[in-house]
Amino acid sequence: MSTDTPPREPLAPSPTGLPEGADLRSAAGPYFGDFGGRFVPEALVAALDELDAAFTQAWADPSFRAELDELHRSYTGRPSILTDAPRFGAHAGGARVLLKREDLNHTGSHKINNVLGQALLTKRMGKRRVIAETGAGQHGVATATAAALMDLECVVYMGERDTERQALNVARMRLLGAEVVPVSTGSRTLKDALNEAMRDWVANVDDTHYLLGTVAGPHPFPTMVRELHRVIGEEARGQVLDVVGRLPDVVVACVGGGSNAMGIFHAFLDDPDVALLGLEAGGDGVATGRHASSITGGAPGVLHGTRSMLLQDEDGQTIESHSISAGLDYPGVGPEHAWLAATGRAQYRPVTDDEAMQALRLLCRTEGIIPAIETAHALAGALQEGRRLGPEGVVLVNLSGRGDKDVDTAARWFDLVSEEDLVASEDLRTDVADEGVHDGPDVVAGGAPQDEGVPPEGPGSRADRGDDRGDR
Amino acid sequence: MSAAATAPGATGTGTSRTGAAIDAARARGGAALVGYLPVGFPDLATSVEAARAMVAEGVDVVELGLPYSDPVMDGPVIQAAAQAALEGGLRVRDVLTAVEQVAETGAAVLVMTYWNPVVRYGVDAWARDLAAAGGAGLITPDLIPDEGADWLAASEAHDLDRVFLVAPSSTPDRLASTAASCRGFVYAASTMGVTGVRAAVGSAAAGLVEATRAAGAERVCVGLGVSSAEQAAEVASFADGVIVGSALVRALGDGGVPAVGSLAAELAAGVHR
Repeated sequence: MSTDTPPREPLAPSPTGLPEGADLRSAAGPYFGDFGGRFVPEALVAALDELDAAFTQAWADPSFRAELDELHRSYTGRPSILTDAPRFGAHAGGARVLLKREDLNHTGSHKINNVLGQALLTKRMGKRRVIAETGAGQHGVATATAAALMDLECVVYMGERDTERQALNVARMRLLGAEVVPVSTGSRTLKDALNEAMRDWVANVDDTHYLLGTVAGPHPFPTMVRELHRVIGEEARGQVLDVVGRLPDVVVACVGGGSNAMGIFHAFLDDPDVALLGLEAGGDGVATGRHASSITGGAPGVLHGTRSMLLQDEDGQTIESHSISAGLDYPGVGPEHAWLAATGRAQYRPVTDDEAMQALRLLCRTEGIIPAIETAHALAGALQEGRRLGPEGVVLVNLSGRGDKDVDTAARWFDLVSEEDLVASEDLRTDVADEGVHDGPDVVAGGAPQDEGVPPEGPGSRADRGDDRGDR
Repeated sequence: MSAAATAPGATGTGTSRTGAAIDAARARGGAALVGYLPVGFPDLATSVEAARAMVAEGVDVVELGLPYSDPVMDGPVIQAAAQAALEGGLRVRDVLTAVEQVAETGAAVLVMTYWNPVVRYGVDAWARDLAAAGGAGLITPDLIPDEGADWLAASEAHDLDRVFLVAPSSTPDRLASTAASCRGFVYAASTMGVTGVRAAVGSAAAGLVEATRAAGAERVCVGLGVSSAEQAAEVASFADGVIVGSALVRALGDGGVPAVGSLAAELAAGVHR
């Protein structure tokens, strides 16, 4: 396989495909312009039809919405707050930077919004088992959390390479009662975990719901997952109006599969003066071929049940993605993002590993907030946008996840840990932690194996262990 | 149908070559034997030789698999073979070469492919080049007719067979719409699951074949799980064709071309029992 998707011609903005005068917010699957659909084995069609009908009915049912709202209030911690970030903003051209704090949700990221909704739906459909794919582990942990809360059997597929890199998250999921299945096929990463989850679903669809973690996959997943996350933008839009008195100039979010970005973008789709900017994982740089920028560096194609933008070679074989952020390390993207990019309503550009890590450290030092590395891609975009807009500008950032899970990576990246620290803390590590923690145990070890005695009901304890990522 | 008229081996009349091969096998007694092997496993030349050996030993319709990076409908045996083929450098154009060489035997040759490689190649260009190579059509495990308007048009234009799948979970409406979209035969997946060798063919298979025929299908072949002459004979008693994949792939991996030939002979004896 070649190492990069062959270049494509720049495209003129395409029509939305919506009826004349329709709000962009009214767009719903199966198709978003030329993207979306259901490219699945026939065996799954009945289950997708069932899911589509069940979600449509539940979403229109006030009692379902009330149950989910109450869970969000008393379990997730919604509404999440909006935080002014003036010291960070000083580095962003003096613009006003506002952070939508999804990192403060239970389990430490926006992921819980989707997971609780789909878990409630699972029970409503009379199914008793959920399966999920996970890359870094954050969607897997959120799913395991919801499964524990609602007494569902839970199986999480995770690429073998990721289980090795993220051994603590494997332990977290198991602690929550989930079965974690390492996937040893293909590239042994997230896309292969997704393949294996789909194989499981085909074989067990009668009693199993596939709790997919992002706005990708076959219809109705892209629409359903967006609906479950759009609370982010609805809250944030009102909060920004309250504190600023006007809408933001730009909304920025990181994009892997794209769930946190769709969640915050959606409420602003029909505000033409609000720019929408998605930041993709640029890895070593799109020109190097080692990246995960499906929109910037990919081409239209079909993967995992949907037609969208995709990293692929000239034969249509999927190309492995690369990013320091495991949660953005996926070769595809949700079809609604591909559509928003094609129509020109949203812009997407890559942020390199280095740019993301610099932004991560800047937020730590200026605001005392450690963001997830995924989220740091959005922060790098916020710095660029703030500098473009200047002191009058207002930039809304989806702070999609907390970064405790990334402290080990940051310690290595910034050389924060000395050899002495490593030796001194060696014996604090358990066998399972050893596989995932190499360089930063003085920071990580204290927060990891020792607190496993905390009851799983303790929301703060799980969030503190923090492996919930911005995306997947 | 002018494009098809120039393709070697094509009748150019709009009749299904796969269907004709199945009908000829039925006329000899029993059912047709459909054998699957992925192109490029263990290498291009050997995969072609093995496919030709299957035909010599009684396989009526050949399915050549186009190895793909993300084969969600395949179990471990075929996944591993596809991965080995890709690691060996197999390219999509090699599949057309293999089609041409296997079609020389006179067997109907279908390509089984996930959809993205065809999208990337260009649906109409792929249909044109497949027809020119002597291919009979496509089996598309992750393309349902609902999403296949461009393939329906291209296969008409180039006189190719279209094989879509039905499953035990398919509703009567979907059986009818899928059967109406197929040309050649309807592929009935015997169980809910992926490809692979199973001790028993799903008990739902006979019922699914009956329901698919009742929904309008002219020919129904059964796949997923068939590995022995006994199972082949059982399926042949109620279906128009018996599809064998993983067992042949495993034979090729374990015993090379001779093992594929002898398994094909056993299976052929089973379907014509």
